[in-house]
Amino acid sequence: MNTAALETRIGKPWAKPAFIRNPYLRWALYISAAVYLVLAVSSIEVNWARVSEGLVRGWNFLASFAEPDFLSRGRDIREGMIESAIMTVASTVVGIAISVPIGLGAARNIAPLPVYLICRGIVALSRALNEIIVAILMVAIFGFGPLAGFITLSFATIGFLSKLLAEDIEDMDRVQAEAIRATGSSWPQWINYGVQPQVMPRLIGLSMYRLDINFRESAVLGLVGAGGIGATLNTAFDRYEFDTAAAILIIIIATVMVLEYLSGVIRARVQ
Amino acid sequence: MPVSSLADGRKSWQLRDRNAQLTRWFAYFAAVAIFMWCWKKISDSTTWFFVWDAPRIASDIGSRAFPPRWSYMDKLWEPLWDTLNIATLGTLLALVFAVPIAFLAARNTTPSAVFVRPIALLIIVSSRSINSLIWALLLVAVIGPGVLAGLIAIALRSIGFCAKLLYEAIEEIDHKQVEAVTATGAGPLQVMAYGILPQIMPAFAGVAVFRWDINIRESTVLGLVGAGGIGVQMQASLNTLAWPQVALILLVILLAVIVSEWVSAKVRGAII
Repeated sequence: MNTAALETRIGKPWAKPAFIRNPYLRWALYISAAVYLVLAVSSIEVNWARVSEGLVRGWNFLASFAEPDFLSRGRDIREGMIESAIMTVASTVVGIAISVPIGLGAARNIAPLPVYLICRGIVALSRALNEIIVAILMVAIFGFGPLAGFITLSFATIGFLSKLLAEDIEDMDRVQAEAIRATGSSWPQWINYGVQPQVMPRLIGLSMYRLDINFRESAVLGLVGAGGIGATLNTAFDRYEFDTAAAILIIIIATVMVLEYLSGVIRARVQ
Repeated sequence: MPVSSLADGRKSWQLRDRNAQLTRWFAYFAAVAIFMWCWKKISDSTTWFFVWDAPRIASDIGSRAFPPRWSYMDKLWEPLWDTLNIATLGTLLALVFAVPIAFLAARNTTPSAVFVRPIALLIIVSSRSINSLIWALLLVAVIGPGVLAGLIAIALRSIGFCAKLLYEAIEEIDHKQVEAVTATGAGPLQVMAYGILPQIMPAFAGVAVFRWDINIRESTVLGLVGAGGIGVQMQASLNTLAWPQVALILLVILLAVIVSEWVSAKVRGAII
């Protein structure tokens, strides 16, 4: 008995269902993806001579990770790190302080419509603008230095924290909030005893996470003159001092790892 | 009237006992002290004259930037195409590396929890902790300015992000399905293809689109360090203080971000 006859007797063998059911749509997507890939790859101009020349330099950079130089620019690195840390802490605190009221306003179940729309507008604006672009504008307006970075990071924190806080408030358990309401509480008491306990663990978790993000971002703000370790790193790259750059990168990675571990511990404790 | 105090003025109920309250106040005090110290440091290294002058400067820049120079748009199409390519190809390249790393890092699929897993986690954390702009700075120094440097920078930054979210998804899969496929006598690769992959496919697609959306935002600024895309034009316009062009570029970037967010929301809605 050949396979065709067998198939007519026992039915078609099982085949994995396709990712997209409609064959026309599927093939149209495959073909357009392929066309796009060809177009995109062919439009990239690569100077292979420059790349092969650079590979040696890239290898030197990787090798310098084995013997990073923390000392010869130790003072610059220390000052840059302290400035980054300061910007991170200050902007996270101010960012949280501003985003809590905005987060309350952006939650549809506790805010009236006009307030809701204004707060959502602020959140959308803050999320749409890239940190670096905001930093460039702030440096142009406020001058070089950590103040520009501080304002940028605070502004970016608002978009992140308010949005997630508002979503958490919208998901909260209404029963608890209503129970507090039923005791005759005023509006601040209602927020304090009905809403806040429900969202506090998540707010603390998000704040820790944002501290972590702000530190990472503060490391690049220096590239556009907004203070922090980025300026030192930029100088190190410009002078091809790869051993110093490696030292800075190692410090950044280590700090982020410690922060991530700490925020993990804190989040596990509050939840 | 609240009933938290008795008729003679004593409190009948309070949220925390005395020690907890004192610890709390002390913690608040320490936090405020740290914040004030940070603020003083920032304030010391700020030229306050510029800050008091800021509203005038801001309105000055605003008046120079308006109206945007629409004719400059002709020169923006090509960088915009480059930006799209950096984000898309960078995401694809990152996914190629992120998938194996995610399988090596997930507790239930790693070949060795003692040796391989820590290495995979280290790769993830190093890639994640360094911003794509720093990767770009590094790559521009190594392989020269251009789209390629930006593409690789985006890819390097995205590997950690995608691998982290993917390995968390792999660790959360339902083990019964894997066991069922194993019980049919499937080999390890078949278990992977029929037991694990279908379960993480939605997460994978979600992560890919989510990262693509972020990468569009990030690739718009990579040009500031010379790594291709629309940022190159922005840097050039900023250097010549051509504010009408900067205004147009900012508008284009804003539009690109909104479109990419819309696309990613649509795709995620279709998949999940």
